Amino acid sequence: MAYDYTKRTDLKGDVDKQKQAHKVLKEITFKPALPQRGYNDRTLYVNLTDLTIEERPVTQQMKDKFIGGRGFGLWFLWNATQASTRWNDPENELIIAPGPLAGNTQYPGSGKSLVVTLSPMTDIPIDCNVGGYFGPLMKFCGFDALEIQGKAARDVILVIDGPKGRIAIEEAPLENVDSHVAAEVFTHQYADDEKDLPNVSVVSAGRAADHTRIGCLNFSWYDLRRKATRLKQAGRGGTGTVFRDKKLKALVVHGFPVKGDQNNPADLERIARIGVKMHKELHDFDDSQCHMRRQGTAHLVEIMDAYDLLPVHNFQYGNHPDTPRINSQVWDKRFTQGIPDGCWYGCSMACSKGADEHQVMTGPYRGHSNTVDGPEYETAAGVGANCGIFDPDWLLECNFYCDVYGIDTISFGTLCAFCMECWQRGILNAERTGGLEIKFGSGPAQLELMHQMAEGRGFGLIAGQGVARMKKIFAEKGWGEAQLLNDIGMEVKGLEFSQYMSKESLAQQGGYSLTNKGPQHDEAWLIFMDMVNKQIPTFEDKAEALFYFPIFRTWFGLNGLCKLPWNDIEPADNARTPEPAKVPEHVQNYCELFAGITGREIDRHELLRMSRGVYNFQRVFNLRQGKGQRAHDRPPYRAVGPVTVEEYTSRAERYDKQLKEILGVDPAGKSVEEKMALTREHREAQYEKLMDAVYKRRGWTPNGVPTLETLKEVGMDFPELVAVVEQHL
Amino acid sequence: MITVNGDPLEHEEGLTVQGILEAKNYKFPLLIAFVNGKLVKREDYRTTVVPDGAVVQITHLMGGG
Ligand code: SF4
Repeated sequence: MAYDYTKRTDLKGDVDKQKQAHKVLKEITFKPALPQRGYNDRTLYVNLTDLTIEERPVTQQMKDKFIGGRGFGLWFLWNATQASTRWNDPENELIIAPGPLAGNTQYPGSGKSLVVTLSPMTDIPIDCNVGGYFGPLMKFCGFDALEIQGKAARDVILVIDGPKGRIAIEEAPLENVDSHVAAEVFTHQYADDEKDLPNVSVVSAGRAADHTRIGCLNFSWYDLRRKATRLKQAGRGGTGTVFRDKKLKALVVHGFPVKGDQNNPADLERIARIGVKMHKELHDFDDSQCHMRRQGTAHLVEIMDAYDLLPVHNFQYGNHPDTPRINSQVWDKRFTQGIPDGCWYGCSMACSKGADEHQVMTGPYRGHSNTVDGPEYETAAGVGANCGIFDPDWLLECNFYCDVYGIDTISFGTLCAFCMECWQRGILNAERTGGLEIKFGSGPAQLELMHQMAEGRGFGLIAGQGVARMKKIFAEKGWGEAQLLNDIGMEVKGLEFSQYMSKESLAQQGGYSLTNKGPQHDEAWLIFMDMVNKQIPTFEDKAEALFYFPIFRTWFGLNGLCKLPWNDIEPADNARTPEPAKVPEHVQNYCELFAGITGREIDRHELLRMSRGVYNFQRVFNLRQGKGQRAHDRPPYRAVGPVTVEEYTSRAERYDKQLKEILGVDPAGKSVEEKMALTREHREAQYEKLMDAVYKRRGWTPNGVPTLETLKEVGMDFPELVAVVEQHL
Repeated sequence: MITVNGDPLEHEEGLTVQGILEAKNYKFPLLIAFVNGKLVKREDYRTTVVPDGAVVQITHLMGGG
């Protein structure tokens, strides 16, 4: 059929003709099945080099030790690779795994897939938690995970078709690789008819993933009300870059119509009961709490600005007078309201907002009218405030092209802000950028940088390597001093920071830098507890928070759950509980959900034990790959304190007060440089003490290596892990 | 003078919990307020008068992130 994609892409194309050009390279039949108590006990392995497609069993040990999702992904990756493996070696794998709880439609936030691979940014495992229908639909075809290894010779797609009992690797030469088009085209190619469209989900990366290390993956779902595909991103660490390096154009799953009991849960009534309780809570309180249903996470923009936490001009400052131009009121109007925007069935938090009818201003889709998926807070803060761009139209434009081209908005925002500061400080100029005037506040320059990345040309090729590599390149070329570049380049382990200011929160400096994958806020977000509430004043308190929260939050990724319904909504009597920050009632819900689906009763201690094993496993994995030690856990100074005179002066009252009250130094008569040096010495020493305290609490050596006792305690004392650790003791 | 999360804040006659949130620019929606150790419900923020010398804790839950 000739299909008119005007809703989503303004492109017209003949999907059938494109499909006819496919060449089947390998095809197998399989018997679709539904999981029992959340597990299929079967995974799918695909090798794109030798065209192997095979089913593999899930062992009881895998379920006990790694649970599912991110745990399965890490375990497969560990076994498939070696210490010397890099992201673009054929043996690197890309794993997509929902977890045992994924796909239930009773509890909000239950449709996540976890993507795991060796990252082109960090050379260690990256894990991303992503919505969209792919993982659950694949699970209900009969697979707990998809493992993709090898590299194809030409662009291919992998098709998992449950109703037809068919898995195939097909060459697909004609389809557009850009995600908004690819998702539409492949969805229509593999759905049987109009009614069947929601049963297809597509994973794709756009053309920029071919030329940058920050390529992301887009996971689609079919939005019945908009009659268009929508996209959610596995954003961090270059998953899309690995995908395109394997010459994957798309993964397509064609599943069965979704029903509420497809996990064959142990106790459907029990999960329905806690689901109803959560839906009521969201219904009753979201409008007076976080407005997730109207504004998504974009509601945070003005809140972060109010607390001096919104990154502005490459994390130099924490607020800006123009923030109201991109705050939640603006997005409330831009987002189409009245449409429940859940990225999986049954998610009544429904925060995956869409801005419809964005008129594209630049690039190959100029003049088209499109739905933009977002912006979420991270995007508004990163490509907006952090780059000094406070124009909602440019922000939507950037969000649109990031998704279309397959670019991580968080890394892009941070690296673009870094380039802009380099311009401000004369490290970059028109000669060095090939004429691109990459200045703070310039939406057109930001978009030009993005188009260059997409087309693999000009300065975009350098910027697309990420902040860590740019720092090195700029220093080697003698464009700037290495010390300054290292201070202002916001990356740890090779991954760019996400969009929160951590200067005034020592705990959050650890929340970012003492992470497994790099500075992403999904392990621990402690700024309020630490900086505002002052609930964790001592090193031991901070270490306890940096023990508990990363471990607890790992559990979402093991099970295929979304973190947002845990603490972006609060039960009525949460305030009366002894530890409201942990939202104990919701933690109890998760224990019940796990028991209700898998039949295995757990309590909050067991929940932590499950995560702690995988968390330590990932640390040892990092160690095997050459990272995972103290030297890799230090933040750039910009994340810790004021690097420049302007930064110090802008908050001089705060810093002077700290000198007096904390260090007992009278700032009067001292130059700003002297005061900055004292502040730096103090703050860096504090961070070293924090590392000591956190490592101790986590059961690691002062060098950040899990001890043998810890491995034993968490059930990860496999000989091969012990062997890695022993090299570092 | 009162203290809010350990920091001093000038006291004014008739100061309410809501007045403290405004003075401190506490805009985050998921807050828990204690005045001298006693929980104040959200619906009472505007009517609860805070006495001079009070120890006030405004706990922000995490959200976001
Ligand atoms: S809360 Fe938002 S991101 Fe999470 S599952 Fe629901 S719609 Fe998706």
